[in-house]
Amino acid sequence: MATKVAKSPWLLHYDGSSCNGCDIEVLACLTPIYDVERFGIINTGNPKHADILLITGGINTQNKAVVEQLYSQMPEPKVVCAVGICACNGGVFKECYNIIGGVDKVIPVDVYVPGCAARPNAIIDGVVKALGVLEEKRKNMKGGAAE
Amino acid sequence: MANRSVVPFGPQHPVLPEPIHLDLVLEDEKIVEAIPKIGYVHRGLEKLVEKRDFNDFVYIAERTCGICSFMHGMGYVEAMERIFDAEIPPRAKYLRTIWCEMSRIHSHLLWLGLLADGFGFEALFYQCWRMREKVLDMFEEATGGRVIFSVNKIGGVLKDMPKEMLAKFVHNFNEIEKELKDLTEVFLTDYSVESRLRGVGILTRDDAIRLGAAGPMMRASGISIDTRSIGYAAYEDIDFDIVTSNDCDSYARCEVRIKEIFQSIEIIRQAVEKIPGGEISIDIKGNPKGEAFTRVEQPRGEAIYYCRANGTKFLERFRIRTPTFANLTPMLYTLKGAELADVPLLILTIDPCISCTER
Ligand code: SF4
Repeated sequence: MATKVAKSPWLLHYDGSSCNGCDIEVLACLTPIYDVERFGIINTGNPKHADILLITGGINTQNKAVVEQLYSQMPEPKVVCAVGICACNGGVFKECYNIIGGVDKVIPVDVYVPGCAARPNAIIDGVVKALGVLEEKRKNMKGGAAE
Repeated sequence: MANRSVVPFGPQHPVLPEPIHLDLVLEDEKIVEAIPKIGYVHRGLEKLVEKRDFNDFVYIAERTCGICSFMHGMGYVEAMERIFDAEIPPRAKYLRTIWCEMSRIHSHLLWLGLLADGFGFEALFYQCWRMREKVLDMFEEATGGRVIFSVNKIGGVLKDMPKEMLAKFVHNFNEIEKELKDLTEVFLTDYSVESRLRGVGILTRDDAIRLGAAGPMMRASGISIDTRSIGYAAYEDIDFDIVTSNDCDSYARCEVRIKEIFQSIEIIRQAVEKIPGGEISIDIKGNPKGEAFTRVEQPRGEAIYYCRANGTKFLERFRIRTPTFANLTPMLYTLKGAELADVPLLILTIDPCISCTER
């Protein structure tokens, strides 16, 4: 990962079918103690502005279409970060009848953050990893990114 | 006739941490009807009792909701203890009481923050969440977890808090109380905050009864019901007055919740003073048979747990009735006739917890 963050990546957070545990930890990352905003990271509510999609919780039949739609609305390059074991593979709810599985069942996931609930430090770590992936993707984009 | 249009709201929306979808039927800027669609977070948790044995299920019950995880775990184990007819050690009861109230404080601070965020007062949001982190730090020190604690077991609790730790916590809460007084000032007397909350989302006393509101939503309409007063955990030995307000609007809901934080701090002080020594858990043997109900006052209102066991390792049925579910109807009622700009606020004032409602 580069020592400096060249651009300010914006986050979009969506709660798949999480128990809220990971959700509030994602929010905690934005608040004074952890404060990802110091890296220029902002939580946006608009997928069209977002570079990184943070998803908590697994995929179920209801939210499948929503997740797919959010992903497709994000501009390239984009990175998906699955937060919490639920988002990684279904976690404790894996055997529930309504759970299809982790987020990677419907959209490609680049970074997996483990934990139940994932700790803010781990989430920030994941986001920082995602920045590296984002940079990589930007470079690989056809024609390169406009600098 | 004014123009009618339908505006979809959610499931992904900046002010909502959790997905809920509403179709808002508007006449100009006024809402004539709100049609909800829920189910985005449904996992089918209750049915997992058929796959996890009754001891393991404590961990699933806790994950009903990450905000009141402790209370969900406790509601389940208390129901199971009733089936086993087990009397848990008094120290465990007090520990549960303390953790319950700590959960309430952290949940209400979280809500106050979200409310501030909802009406665009970012600095206030940050202040609330900064204070909330202090509560989480204490949780981490006591249990090892920040939001999911896994300290309940059928027959008691798994971790004890030594005397020094309790004394330290009381000291910390005294500090938090001081800071909270400043925040209360802002929430209850700042004119810009008041102008967003006063008179918004009126739910009269009769409507609250008719529509079956729960928790602070109900108490803000002047109804004095609090499940803690029927006594579970160690609440029988604790003195407290139920916080109510007669204003019936969003301001009243905010007021009730803030006052409940002070009340919780007071309950913790009392519990720490009275906590007896001794064991923290007893052994439970055999498999459960029978059925039981328990009621728990969560930060959002009364939750009901039901377990039915048939003598095997796996329960036959587990059921939760959550407070947010009860509050959805009053919420839809308050939305009718409201301005579009007030929608996020009105949704927030019931303190929705979708993940426990849909499980
Ligand atoms: S990983 Fe654990 S804490 Fe996170 S959403 Fe899933 S169950 Fe909840």
